[in-house]
Amino acid sequence: MSKLRVVHYINQFFAQIGGEEMADYKPEYREGIVGPGLALQTAFGEEAEIVGTVICGDSYFNENLEKATAEVLEMIKAAKPDLFIAGPAFNAGRYGVACGTITDAVKKELGIPALTGMYVENPGADMFKSSVYIISTKNSAAGMRDAAPKMAKLGLKLAKGEKVGASCEDGYIPNGIRVNLFEKERGSKRAVKMLLAKINGKPFTTEYPMPDFDRVPPCPAVKDIAHAKIALVTSGGIVPKGNPDHIESSNATHYGKYDIEGVDDLTSDTYATAHGGYDPVYANEDADRVLPVDVMREFEKEGKIGSLYRYFYTTVGNGTAVKSAKAFAAEFSKELVADGVQAVILTST
Amino acid sequence: MVKEIERAGIPVVHICTVTPISLTVGANRIVPAIAIPHPLGNPALTAEEEKNIRRKILETALQALSTEVTDQTVFEVKY
Repeated sequence: MSKLRVVHYINQFFAQIGGEEMADYKPEYREGIVGPGLALQTAFGEEAEIVGTVICGDSYFNENLEKATAEVLEMIKAAKPDLFIAGPAFNAGRYGVACGTITDAVKKELGIPALTGMYVENPGADMFKSSVYIISTKNSAAGMRDAAPKMAKLGLKLAKGEKVGASCEDGYIPNGIRVNLFEKERGSKRAVKMLLAKINGKPFTTEYPMPDFDRVPPCPAVKDIAHAKIALVTSGGIVPKGNPDHIESSNATHYGKYDIEGVDDLTSDTYATAHGGYDPVYANEDADRVLPVDVMREFEKEGKIGSLYRYFYTTVGNGTAVKSAKAFAAEFSKELVADGVQAVILTST
Repeated sequence: MVKEIERAGIPVVHICTVTPISLTVGANRIVPAIAIPHPLGNPALTAEEEKNIRRKILETALQALSTEVTDQTVFEVKY
């Protein structure tokens, strides 16, 4: 079998053309290996050969994203590779974005197996980790020795159409795809082992890593709460009895918006919870325990608040994806803003 | 959802039982609740007592909304 043809993409810095002063360098194609391609070639051994290298300045690429992508794609296409590798970009932001963009374009537009590599906090990682394989590297070029064999190994798998393993096996940044597998030891044993390691201050790996949560700076306080229009929102699944919009009891795909004009109290005849995962008895008996319409109405009459917003928004928080919840609230917050709501009380079960 | 509401420019208070989750997720104004299945109630109490604690939690929530914060803050309810 002949060797697989590989095209490699690097920036002006790794091509030893120059640093920041040469970042406007336009795309150039060179035959054979340049710079870090050598480490990749060593890792490929006899199985593949880097036939050409595309070099492009990071600023040029990022400032002329569409044009640069088209130019680089043309060069890659002309070289007829079986595999395309970009970087690794380590923690260089513009280089990471360039590597992700071009890898994604090669995969989608040319249909050629492609991968890149970068440090997990490189902005390019978040942008492209779900669309292309990105080998997780260290944050500086000192990580090349680690990265090259991993990139070469996964690259060969992709080029040959072999099955790709889990992110922890093949060393790429988790792309959000889950695969079933059988563990050798049962859950209780693994949990106790993990706990013992934790107590003894030894390293352990969680089997359920928490997603990364971003932060939003707090809004200024409400100046005059006694005259403010306040809305109620809940993730506790309170809905009109019968759940007219069929909000799912777990992993909700939508939210509800319900009119509470003239409603002074939520009763077991009119409201209930759609939420799974907690005992619904108490919420079904009296939904004010989750969505406190009764007391808010009293506050309204007593002048503690200006008014209670006419609608409440509700969904089920049980197992619902962060992405979904984010999309729900991004959507209904626009309505809240448009209707002049000045504060929100959000209750969770 | 708390963060998206805040991102839209509306101050929001999160009333929840498991405050560490709220802190991890990134709510800025947090008021602890009673229990997961009845955050603003307690079926063990009489209806009147129960409404009274609900008032206390919500008064704390209003106070939280009226308070300037620079960082994540948990507002304890005084029962």
